[in-house]
Order: sequence, then C-alpha cells, then structure tokens
Amino acid sequence: MASDLPPLSADPSPAREQANAKPQAAEGSTTLRQGQQDPAWVRWTLIGLAVIVLIVLVVVPVVNVFVEALGDGVGAYWENIAGNEETLHAIGLTLLVAPISVILNTGFGIVAAWLVARFQFPGRTILVTLIDLPFSVSPVVVGLLFVLLFGMQGYFGPWLRDHGIRIIFATPSIIMVTTFVTFPFVARELIPVFEEIGPDEELAALTLGATPWQMFWHVTLPNIRWGLLYGVILCNARAMGEFGAVYVVSGRIAGQTDTMPLLVERLFQEYNTPGAFAVASLLTLLALVTLIVKAYLERKIDAEK
Amino acid sequence: MAAVNRRVLPGFGLSLGTTLFYLCLVVLIPLSAAFLKSATLTWDDFWGAVFTERALSAYALTFGASLAAAIINAVVGFLLAWVLVRYEFPLKRLFDALIDLPFALPTAVAGLVYSSLYASNGWFGQFLAPLGIEGAYSKLGIVLVLTFTGLPFVVRTIQPVLKDLDPEMEEAAASLGATRWQTFRWVIFPALLPALLTGFALAFARALGEYGSVVFIAGNMPFRTEIAPVLIVGRLEAFQYAEATALAVVLLIISFILLAIINLLQRWSNTDGK
Repeated sequence: MASDLPPLSADPSPAREQANAKPQAAEGSTTLRQGQQDPAWVRWTLIGLAVIVLIVLVVVPVVNVFVEALGDGVGAYWENIAGNEETLHAIGLTLLVAPISVILNTGFGIVAAWLVARFQFPGRTILVTLIDLPFSVSPVVVGLLFVLLFGMQGYFGPWLRDHGIRIIFATPSIIMVTTFVTFPFVARELIPVFEEIGPDEELAALTLGATPWQMFWHVTLPNIRWGLLYGVILCNARAMGEFGAVYVVSGRIAGQTDTMPLLVERLFQEYNTPGAFAVASLLTLLALVTLIVKAYLERKIDAEK
Repeated sequence: MAAVNRRVLPGFGLSLGTTLFYLCLVVLIPLSAAFLKSATLTWDDFWGAVFTERALSAYALTFGASLAAAIINAVVGFLLAWVLVRYEFPLKRLFDALIDLPFALPTAVAGLVYSSLYASNGWFGQFLAPLGIEGAYSKLGIVLVLTFTGLPFVVRTIQPVLKDLDPEMEEAAASLGATRWQTFRWVIFPALLPALLTGFALAFARALGEYGSVVFIAGNMPFRTEIAPVLIVGRLEAFQYAEATALAVVLLIISFILLAIINLLQRWSNTDGK
C-alpha cells in the first residue's frame, strides 16, 4: 500500500480484506494445492470441533432466546411486548436515540474518511488513532465522563440546573454517550474504501468541470455507497444495543429513560424473565437482520471489484 | 501523489476543520474531564480509592477473567479461522456469518441468555451442577460470557492473513521433506503469529472494559465476582465521584497502553506478512 496508514482494527471489513488480497479463487471455493492438503481425519476432526464450538457459543444462545421468549405461547409473547407501556416506550426511545447517533457519525465518518484517505498532512496517523479511541474506552467509563461533565456535581452541572436544562438522567445524555461509543464505526469502514478506490475518478470529474458538490454526489457517493451502508448498519447495531454507557447516564427511570437493553436488565432484576426474553428477542432479531444485510453487502462489495 | 491532492481535490480545510471540531466535541472534551477531575484528587484520595482490598480484587478478577477469555479466544479463534479458510463443509457460509454475531448482539442479551443457559436449571447448567460446577454467578460465568463477546476478534484478524499466505511456502516445505505438522509449526504458524497476537490483544482489551454482559451472569459479589466496571458503577450510584474517577482513570490508562500495543502489533503484522 502506498500509504503509511495502519489498518484500523480487526473489524471484519471486506473492503480492507480486499485491499490486501492478492488475486485469488472465487470466494467460497477453496482451491488448495497439494502441498496444502491436510489428511482427511485431521480435516474432519477440526471441522467437527469448530462446528461444536460455534453451536455451543453462538447457535444455542440464539435458539434459547426465542425458546424462552415464546415459552408461554405467542399470545403471552405479544402481550409482553405490545401490551406493556414501558416496553413500548423503551422501543420508542431506542428508535429515537440510535438514528440520531448514526446520522451524526455517518456525516462525520464521510468527512473524516475523505480527509484521512485523500490528503497527506502532519499528524494524520495520530488523527486516525484518535478516531479509533472510543473503541478502547470501557462503556462504563464513557458514562462516567459525561456524568463528570454534566452531572449535578460536574463541571457544567450547576449552570445547566440554573437554566433548567436536563442532560444527565434524560434523553440528551443517552444520545451523547451513544454517539461517543459508536463514533468510529462509519469512518473506519470508509477509510479503506476511499483508499481502495483512489482519487482518479474524482480528479477526472473536476478536470471535466464538475463543481466539488457535483463530484461528491455523482462520483464519490456512488462509489462508496456499499461500504457506507456497511458502516451504517454496524454503527446502528451497536447504537441500539449499547448498555454500559447508557446505564450510567440514564438514571434508569422506569418508563422514561429505559432503552431496550436497559429494559432487559430491569425486567431480569424484577424476575420477569419472560418479559426480559421478549425484549431480548427483538434485539436478537435486530442482530440477525444486521448479519444478513452485512453478508449481502459483502457480496455486493466483492462483486463490484 | 497525496501531496498533489491538496491543491487539486477540494475540501481539505473544510474536512480538517469539521473532523477536528467534531472529534473534540464528542470525544476529547469528555475524555479530558476524567483527567481534569483526577487532577483535583490528592495522592491519598487516589491511593485510597484504588488500593483498597475490594478494588484490588476487582482489578485482579477483571484482568484474570479477561486474560483467560482472550487465551480461549486465541485458541478457538485460530481453529475457526483455519477451518473456515482451508476446508469445505456444509453450511460453511452460515457459520462464517455467525462468527460476527457477538458484534451485532447487544451485550445485555448475551448476558441474559448466558446466565439462563448456565444457571443450575439451564440447558447447560443442569449438566454442570451435578459435577459441582457453578456456571452462572461465578468466575467461570464471567469467563464464558467474555469468551462470547470477544469471539470475532481473533478469527477476523487471522482469516485475511491466512487467505493471503503464499501456497508456495508450504509446497516448498513439503517438497523439502517436512511433515505436515512441521510445516505448520515452522512455516505457517510463525506467519500467522502477528495476526494472532493482534486478535488476542483486541479481545483482551474488549474484555477489560466489558460491563453489560458480565453484570447479568457475575452475581457481582464484592471480593468474589465483582469486576472493576461494576465497582465503578457502584461508586457512582453512591455519588462517590472522586473514587469512581480514580478507579476509571486506572482502566483508561490501561486501555490506552493496550491501544498503543495493538497499533504496534498491527504495524508488525502489516510489514511482516507482505
């Protein structure tokens, strides 16, 4: 690679894998040369072990969520979700908070990736590390940071109270911590996509007289669209599922500041296990849909190479 | 090439300004609050918060459980990456996609379902209970759920490197008379080591800060199953902000050190493999 940019993470970005990949056989068909073949018994033992591990660690838990949620029948399940005002409120809050954070971080992600992938400037490597920083901060510590800033005993707490603005124990702080936690997602997916595509088409558009906006809408955006969507759905999954940071700043006021993950915990603590699993099943569905869309986008991205 | 871009491509100033402004607003200002706050603590405050028996045992548990989970992740992740890259078997694409579930599944759901599975009457717990093994509400439970949340890291760091591995190296080893095991041990494994260590460090870092899943399954008993993030939340709920901040700063510093190590490891695996 021409740049000195370190890869951002282990995150499964097809774009990044592609960027490093040499030409190889079509995906899915593992064509091995003779020197790479393992004996059949080794092969099948390892496959068996891997499948067992995945079934125990991943498949059974997913199945368990739905079995527990539907254990008392579909009617009870529906009642646990639609018949419970707190649940409906939590769903509403999650559907309010996540899109705001995702939109903010998507805008930022496009701008930051353009900056990092298209220009060379001093401090660029440090900037990339800083963009990654929120991933390494414990969610609980993220919550604490915002309590220190906006809590009653925090730096802006007294001023906010005098002006009647509620941030901590209210929706604004939930949006802030969610934005912090999901901050890097879109940017780190887009940086390798931008690098892979290169500036040639954009330069051509400019040479042919396009304005910067025309270049962005007609050249840049269509080129990055799948990578962008990929970052957006991962960002959204994390935003909807964030627990620790929201737990700290929300104050967990029933029917007011409970997001869906927080409600799962509340119901669990109240020994309302079917209720907890009902809400958890919705979040599990979200995760499964995310995985399906992700796999679809990975194919799209591969197909466009 | 890139230096030319600034004169030709639009938006350098705008994107630099926007990026720095947003970065400061969302990330850097909140982070500096922790260090500003901890600067107001005296050493005695700091020592008094961090070097209590309860805090030390919470840190020890956080470290121990995260390390154990990261080691399991390294072994299991290596196996999964190997099988997914090298072998063909039914439903392979499905299994490959499922590896990412821990990234997509909210941690609260992971905690809930793991505590239900490993409780003494749960699907797995009922087999462990007669053996005298407590799955849920124990240290084992913490390690189990941390293994789940960290599962994708090692797999996803090794997979691309293993795919790109030059088959001629293996063929050369084989034609020079190496057994398959020798080839693995002396040719393949060293090439994958940087990626393995990177994935290990990522899983470890993730486990250190994990809260949502652990809080369900741990039981959160002081001195026994209380991890550092749970202790921080406890201090916050008691409005002991100074202590909570001191405890958090220790975690923050550890994660920054880990971040630096991970950056170095990634640079190593980038230059080494190519």
